[in-house]
Amino acid sequence: MKVYLYVGLGGAVGSLLRYVVALASLQLFGTGFPVGTIFVNLIGAYILGWLTAKVIHPHMRAAIGTGLIGSFTTLSTLSVDVVTLIHSGTLLIATFYIFISLIGGLLFAAFGFRMGEQREVGEEK
Amino acid sequence: MTSWFLVAIGGFFGAISRFYVGNVAKKRFATDFPTGTIAVNLLGSFLLGYLFAAPFEKGIYTFFGVGFLGAFTTFSTMSVEAIQLLFAKKFSISIIYLALTYILGILLAFLGYFIGYK
Repeated sequence: MKVYLYVGLGGAVGSLLRYVVALASLQLFGTGFPVGTIFVNLIGAYILGWLTAKVIHPHMRAAIGTGLIGSFTTLSTLSVDVVTLIHSGTLLIATFYIFISLIGGLLFAAFGFRMGEQREVGEEK
Repeated sequence: MTSWFLVAIGGFFGAISRFYVGNVAKKRFATDFPTGTIAVNLLGSFLLGYLFAAPFEKGIYTFFGVGFLGAFTTFSTMSVEAIQLLFAKKFSISIIYLALTYILGILLAFLGYFIGYK
């Protein structure tokens, strides 16, 4: 049951970090394009890919992977971002946003995973 | 300062709820398809769409929308699951998973938005 607490604490930290990025992105780039969501999602996909390739303690994996990174990234905001972009009449930008998220998420996750594997091999030498 | 607190508490419970749904889904459905993640992501997209459009107080949106639903849904897990399915050469499952997540997620957010807007 303790593992639920770890996931929750990771989730609190991950959500706060996402909130910081969202506020900073709003300041820097305004409301026209959701730079903040893309940033947290792609960075998070990379880190989780990396972490998935590693052999770590299940509690660490739950706290950092499921809790912190899982909560740092978000799909609900992505979906609502798309709705907002379409609503404001910029279908092209909405399509671009989906494309960047979809392809970028897969590439970053794959790259993180391969990097994690490489480190693992390097450590064995 | 209050909004930081609301986001953290919401995120705490959002992450635990996602973890719980994931564990239940793993026990119930013995399949390669990531049922738990897609369940939280689709439900969360619908609810956030609703919350976004409905006239709630800012604090409620910060707690439940930014904190809880932001943490309840996850992009990183979804992307890593999809890439692991691709690495395992389970191409059709991966593509169906991605298509359903993106298409239904956006449609459900629209539906929530539409219901909340009324």
